[in-house]
Amino acid sequence: MIHFQNVDKWFHSSLHVLRDICLEVQKGEVVVVCGPSGSGKSTLIRTVNGLEPVQKGEVWVAGQNVADKKTDLNALRAEVGFVFQQFNLYPHLRVIDNITLAPRLVRKTPTVEANRHATELLERVGLADKAQNFPSQLSGGQQQRVAIARALAMKPKVMLFDEPTSALDPEMIGEVLKVIQDLAKSGLTMMVVTHEMGFAKEVADRVIFMDKGAIVETAKPEDFFSQPKSDRAQLFLKQVLNPMH
Amino acid sequence: MLNYQFDWHLILNGEYRQWLLSGLWLTLKLATVSMILSFFLGLIIAVMKMSGQRFVRAGASVYLEVVRNTPLLVQIFFWYFGSFKLLPAAWNEWLNATNEFEFIAATMALTIYTSAFIAEDIRSGVRAIPKEQTEAGFSSGLSFLQVMRWIILPQAVRMTIPPLVNQFLNLAKNSSLAMTIGVAELTYQARQIESHTLKGFEAFTAATLIYLILSLVITGLMEIYNEKILKPRGAQA
Repeated sequence: MIHFQNVDKWFHSSLHVLRDICLEVQKGEVVVVCGPSGSGKSTLIRTVNGLEPVQKGEVWVAGQNVADKKTDLNALRAEVGFVFQQFNLYPHLRVIDNITLAPRLVRKTPTVEANRHATELLERVGLADKAQNFPSQLSGGQQQRVAIARALAMKPKVMLFDEPTSALDPEMIGEVLKVIQDLAKSGLTMMVVTHEMGFAKEVADRVIFMDKGAIVETAKPEDFFSQPKSDRAQLFLKQVLNPMH
Repeated sequence: MLNYQFDWHLILNGEYRQWLLSGLWLTLKLATVSMILSFFLGLIIAVMKMSGQRFVRAGASVYLEVVRNTPLLVQIFFWYFGSFKLLPAAWNEWLNATNEFEFIAATMALTIYTSAFIAEDIRSGVRAIPKEQTEAGFSSGLSFLQVMRWIILPQAVRMTIPPLVNQFLNLAKNSSLAMTIGVAELTYQARQIESHTLKGFEAFTAATLIYLILSLVITGLMEIYNEKILKPRGAQA
């Protein structure tokens, strides 16, 4: 479903942020990407929907080359849901309109039907009563759940999560992870950048560990957490799981 | 020894008061029509200037440079004396028949002139919107124009309202230049009163006060808008 082929990316032609990335994500697979900050995790998933261009190699999604001039990037992005660390809801629109905007404009879904679908999605993320609120009236956890509903409204083939809980207060992390976990079980293809190792252990089919722009280790979660192969991953896990030592 | 006889009564009553009021009305009409048109033209220019297409961007840049760096009076003369020569003869006949050519030429010049400044105000407003809003729009499959129309501009224009009010004030004052091509707005009427009565001090004092009051009223309304609407909403996440 998602295919990275020898991908390299530089920022400002000097900072090498992705190094020779090769990765294949199967349909229905849930891949968790972890690693220290600055390791290129977010950049990696931002290349999947073309938010970040790559300088070398190719990224393919659902049989289309993201960088190809012949690819309709807007149409491709409509099939790829993206959830941001900072939610990025539209502050001037009500929750329901945040969710229905893209289906109405891109899919040409009639408003009545778009609203009905949005209401279903809000129920699914436990926010049916917030449809008429503005984003600023919601907590961070609620905003992130709306953002997930907004991405799902396009009925995407792929969902990308860029540290979806990093901007949240600790007591709100659970409610968002729960929603993502339900999605993972529904068979959606997903790439999740996260520091939540317990969550990764539970939902991931595969864990990718990145450091300095390269994929250092790819493993089943049970193997990765019990016996990481690389020194860098061992150190990282020690620091994440026991921050005091 | 001052041997000038002040006569406020003369110009504030009867026929001359009527002239001033009709001048004020035309000033307001000129400023309002030009403001509405220049807002939409300014929006288009602002979006062109931010477009991903190099030629579209370049076109907008040329427009902005030419319009902002030439005197408004020259632009008014250009549209009044110059533009009709480019039009088909039939259009000219029609324009002359309407008796509105002066007003149309002045409106065009003021609209184009003001649109350049409004475009820059809107661009500043757009720059104040976090780029993540654009990314969120693109990520759900919206095109550049859809992102602008539904996500960025509604937020940017809300922040742009105070500078837009300033542009309206400038426009109301700039519209006095329309007298040079015979539009009977406020300054034109003050000039008429002066030539009829030789009461130039009174006539132009009256016009000055009318411009001043107009500006103060609009500024006051903007203060209320800032306090009551913009500030409470400014705290949105």
